[in-house]
Amino acid sequence: MKKLLLGDEAIAQGAIDAGLSGVYAYPGTPSTEITEYIQNNAPAIRSRWCTNEKTAMEAALGMSYAGKRALVCMKHVGMNVCADAFVNSAITGVNGGLVVLAADDPSMHSSQNEQDSRFYAQFALIPVFEPSNQQQAYDMVQKAFDFSEKIGLPVLLRVVTRLAHSRAAVETGKSGSQNTLNPASDRGWVLLPAIAKRQYVKLIEKQPALQEASEATASCQTYGDSSKFLGIIACGIGYNYVMESVAAMGKSANCSVLRINQYPLPETAIKELAAKSSALLVVEDGQPIVEQSVKAYVNTDYKIYGRLNGVLPRTGELTPDSVASAMVNCGVSSDISSTLPSQVYETAQNLQPRPPQLCPGCGHRDVYAALNKVAAEYPTARIFGDIGCYTLGALPPFSALASCVDMGASITMAKGAADAGLFPAIAVIGDSTFTHSGMTGLLDAVNDKSNITVIISDNLTTAMTGGQQSAGTSKFEAICAGLGVEKEHLHVVVPLPANLPEIEKIIRKEIEYKGVSVIIPRRECMQTLKRHSKK
Amino acid sequence: MKKDIILCGVGGQGILSIATVIGEAATKAGLNLKQAEVHGMSQRGGDVQSNLRLSNEPIWSDLIPQGAADIIISMEPMEALRYVPYLHKGSQIITASKPFVNIPKYPEESVIKAELESFPNVSILDVEELAQKAGSARSTNMVLLGAAAKHMELLSIDQILNAVEVIFKAKGPEVVELNKKAVKLGYESQN
Repeated sequence: MKKLLLGDEAIAQGAIDAGLSGVYAYPGTPSTEITEYIQNNAPAIRSRWCTNEKTAMEAALGMSYAGKRALVCMKHVGMNVCADAFVNSAITGVNGGLVVLAADDPSMHSSQNEQDSRFYAQFALIPVFEPSNQQQAYDMVQKAFDFSEKIGLPVLLRVVTRLAHSRAAVETGKSGSQNTLNPASDRGWVLLPAIAKRQYVKLIEKQPALQEASEATASCQTYGDSSKFLGIIACGIGYNYVMESVAAMGKSANCSVLRINQYPLPETAIKELAAKSSALLVVEDGQPIVEQSVKAYVNTDYKIYGRLNGVLPRTGELTPDSVASAMVNCGVSSDISSTLPSQVYETAQNLQPRPPQLCPGCGHRDVYAALNKVAAEYPTARIFGDIGCYTLGALPPFSALASCVDMGASITMAKGAADAGLFPAIAVIGDSTFTHSGMTGLLDAVNDKSNITVIISDNLTTAMTGGQQSAGTSKFEAICAGLGVEKEHLHVVVPLPANLPEIEKIIRKEIEYKGVSVIIPRRECMQTLKRHSKK
Repeated sequence: MKKDIILCGVGGQGILSIATVIGEAATKAGLNLKQAEVHGMSQRGGDVQSNLRLSNEPIWSDLIPQGAADIIISMEPMEALRYVPYLHKGSQIITASKPFVNIPKYPEESVIKAELESFPNVSILDVEELAQKAGSARSTNMVLLGAAAKHMELLSIDQILNAVEVIFKAKGPEVVELNKKAVKLGYESQN
């Protein structure tokens, strides 16, 4: 049956059809729709949102230990959060198939960096599958689970925003059945040094088989009839942009295209391509990991074009335009003006940027109104921000934030700054981000009696990614009290314009308290409220 | 034959519903389709766009190259201007006339209109008026869809209307009829 699916949805449907037993994830753009699709379409699969990517990764590893197939989904920076469990899952190996989905965000459409998850897999010595299109994404999930069980390792499935969030028709197959409970019984899961050393040797010994599997999937196609021409290494979604130009160039195209959808790199196939080509162009979305690796396969004077060489931009996602221009500059076609589309009109003159902003009526707005008013009374005040809708408080009209670094960093950075003598040090963190990575930092601050004021702006949901359940809803007072925040310095307020004088009074008082205070402004997100009132 | 379409507007204006209807019609017609969307932070009142590609040949890139877009469908006049580097000389711009002013330095409406009209094929529509005529002020995006249908070539107006029926079926026959009427009024505006 053909279905019109986002790349994310194709992965989800592929996992369902591959006999998935559980999906573990924390929401993060552009990966969120995978878990949502499974929740909406396969209620029998275990799929409640996790507190963070590390708990997700570990729970999935536990399900794999028990013999069943598990999927972990996250955005690229989530890999940093789960890295400990991820890297060690290569040492333990897996029992039931384990697929780790990382959705990278080159161009940082909704992110703080454009790190490339393929580095993590190289580091952990596990295979990567990287689809070029939606159909391949669907098909690849099944293959990834099968390969994971065959080779006894987790498989990293890597996609980028433009595949995750692009729709195309996908031919889906039959649903397979889930594995039965069959827990592992070997000692390889107990990573005591003596055992870990043996396991690590086993992992190293699997590497040739991984490379062999990649060689089998790499396919090379030649266009045109020159005797020696440019070789193009086209990875993942980069293949589409290369083929967009090859198709437009028609008969004038002269190149060999080696398509890469699996790692570690097929070294033999690349060396063969290099031998029959005059130079190589590496087209990969993300960071130049392949371009770097390929340098080791050829002589130092062999020309390699790509992001490092500058023929493609060093930062940002690939586009059909940047790839077309690189191919032209590398001499793929002699007759380009008549074949490739090119820009006709300049950028319009009467154009202004339209950055995103907090919704009208949003509670975060009232929080920043109050905070800015009180902070203005202290010339040295700094407000440390965090990851979520409320990061938009950094932009006008509020321009309130001194920092936004990673999930949970508001509290710990405020602590460090307060340790250095900064006063007042204020942290703003959302409810979901607080349970993701803020709680441990708050414990540090309490234990150290740090002079900070923490605002947990609670809108009862994970709003930025579309309103998923928030792990700590209705538990925040208890969590803070349990971590040792003193009762008289723990407040709950309702962020509404009418309550601003009262909220400002509380903030003022708690700034003056020389220790940890927590203020929880609580009011439902306008987006989820709209949805709830429609029902 | 191919039609590359840029759908744009401000987060929350309903451009993705236009894409959903075209997607349904194209799938039923057996056309190839790719549609790249933007999710996440920009949906909060920022500029949003979707690249929609239709063809009876294979489609490679999910993104439209510069100079290749055949139609811009915009829910907002300044947002239509944001994507003009993607147009070629024969392209069509279809945009709602009413500015969505949520930024301090929004240009004068007349200046935006003049720049839009400097392009060869432009249709600036009072979609609110047509939507009200159809009986539903909320169907402005369907009016635009109807206007675009006139330029779609690969899909007929009947195929679009059938897709509207499928997509809105769950919301009841009344909603289906209102949206179909809005599409028809938009279509007729292009005569």
